[in-house]
Amino acid sequence: MATHAAPGLRPEYERQLTDASDVGEVQRPLSLSERLWGSTPFRRFVMLIVLAVVWECYARFLSNPLLFPTFSETLATFWRDLVDGPLISRTFTSLQVLVLGYGAGLALAAVFTTLAVSSRIGTDLLSTLTAMFNPLPAIALLPLALIWFGLGIPSLVFVIIHSVLWAVSLNTHSGFRSVPETLRMSGRNYGLSGIRYVMLILIPAAFPAILAGLKIGWAFAWRTLIAAELVFGVSSRSGGLGWYIFEARAELLTAQVFAGLLTVILIGLFVESVIFRAIEARTVQRWGMQR
Amino acid sequence: MLMTEARTHQAEAFQRVDATPLPVLLQVQGVTLQYKTPQHLVTATYRVDFDVHEADRFVILGPSGCGKSTLLKAVGGFMNPVEGSMRIRGREISGPGPDRMMVFQEFEQLMPWKTVLQNVLFPMKVSGRFKGADARERALSALAKVNLSKFADVYPHMLSGGMKMRVAIARAMAMEPDILLMDEPFAALDALTRRKMQEELLGLWDQLHFTVMFVTHSIEEAILVGSRILVLSPHPGRVRAELNSTGFGHGSVDHPDFGRLSKRIHDFLFEDELAVEVRS
Repeated sequence: MATHAAPGLRPEYERQLTDASDVGEVQRPLSLSERLWGSTPFRRFVMLIVLAVVWECYARFLSNPLLFPTFSETLATFWRDLVDGPLISRTFTSLQVLVLGYGAGLALAAVFTTLAVSSRIGTDLLSTLTAMFNPLPAIALLPLALIWFGLGIPSLVFVIIHSVLWAVSLNTHSGFRSVPETLRMSGRNYGLSGIRYVMLILIPAAFPAILAGLKIGWAFAWRTLIAAELVFGVSSRSGGLGWYIFEARAELLTAQVFAGLLTVILIGLFVESVIFRAIEARTVQRWGMQR
Repeated sequence: MLMTEARTHQAEAFQRVDATPLPVLLQVQGVTLQYKTPQHLVTATYRVDFDVHEADRFVILGPSGCGKSTLLKAVGGFMNPVEGSMRIRGREISGPGPDRMMVFQEFEQLMPWKTVLQNVLFPMKVSGRFKGADARERALSALAKVNLSKFADVYPHMLSGGMKMRVAIARAMAMEPDILLMDEPFAALDALTRRKMQEELLGLWDQLHFTVMFVTHSIEEAILVGSRILVLSPHPGRVRAELNSTGFGHGSVDHPDFGRLSKRIHDFLFEDELAVEVRS
């Protein structure tokens, strides 16, 4: 073997380690302000306050409650309708329909993804159906739903299922497909197969993707529901939040429209940042599968 | 300390060479393995025969593309040979099973949603081999053997690469499989950790005398870890030689015997290239 030439050979040296104890503090606790600023909920709360202040200032500057009520007025209307108005029963109606549609959508998604992982025909079926229906806005199906099911809850549930099903199936299926080969082989190595293999290996391993699908599905369902209620809320007696907003618009009660929108936002925020956050913290973040 | 360890390996080795061989555990006869890629049908190994005896540290060594990992996967039951037979304790291998526990190179083999202890318990529970308090006791003792008792309740993402590999080894060993199948288990580790892991594996073997099949592409690792080395030729993998390599530890890396064996294996692996060089 050829020896390599050593250009510019320099002398070697060895050293005794110096005492490093006088560096000062190696580690110090963060101050209160540093810790507060490091906390995401706190920063988001501050952000909300800033937005509310901007809203209030702009609305006062505009001074046209018919077009743009102030934050304080919206809040007052919200509180009034919440305490002795129809807001709670309207919200309750909406949520009931939502849970029904979301649950049915998830159940169907489970069936479709099970078919898709267990056979190639199932995979083709799911891919084709999602490619066809995922880009189709749920609201576009509403006229059809009205013809088939008439006015009322079944039509709403139908469009919600449509908005949940494809998003959740697509995410779950792509999650299953991206489970590392090594993990699959480990599972089979222990003699796991069939439904036990899916439950014990595939679902937990694909959980980040499944959870993302659940979140997207939830957001789609909530949006679709409010929009659908707005469209045919007029003739429905026990209407939901969409109907509440629609009614307020018809009577030009702009503050009430804002209060309705605020409720929609608050419920969305609650589900997203309390329920889904809690699930995330207990699962994917704890497992180090997501930062 | 290393030197004494090396010597005990050596002393044991000489006794083992003199003694009659232990019974055959795994018998591989005329095995040809093929797999399909989207474009090609690849023959990974061609008519490979070998026997693994009990308590062997059987190393499969070869350049990349000689089908050594494929061979190990076939023993694991993940693919069926197109010809030939593979028997473990006389039974034909027909599919994956917990009697042949695999340890992979990738750290992803640990379940990220389970703690270290739950990971070790998982195969015992799902295979029904050990249950309840017995399983827990075995898992804890397996973790103690790889010095991870303190980390039993930690999730895998908080461990270093070497620690993850130790968990994988503990998980496989706790099952007390007939044979431990290791697919380049230390290849993804840094050199210092790899060396430590090799020592630990040998230390475990000294205690338990389990049977292990170990795939590697490093000649040095093969000689250090193995007691018997199967040298495969490249593409498709055919058996070139089967050599003894008992009696080498990290202390004997600069021993002349080590150098001689290493040179011999090197010549087996690169003879084609040498021939090409001579010809040109």
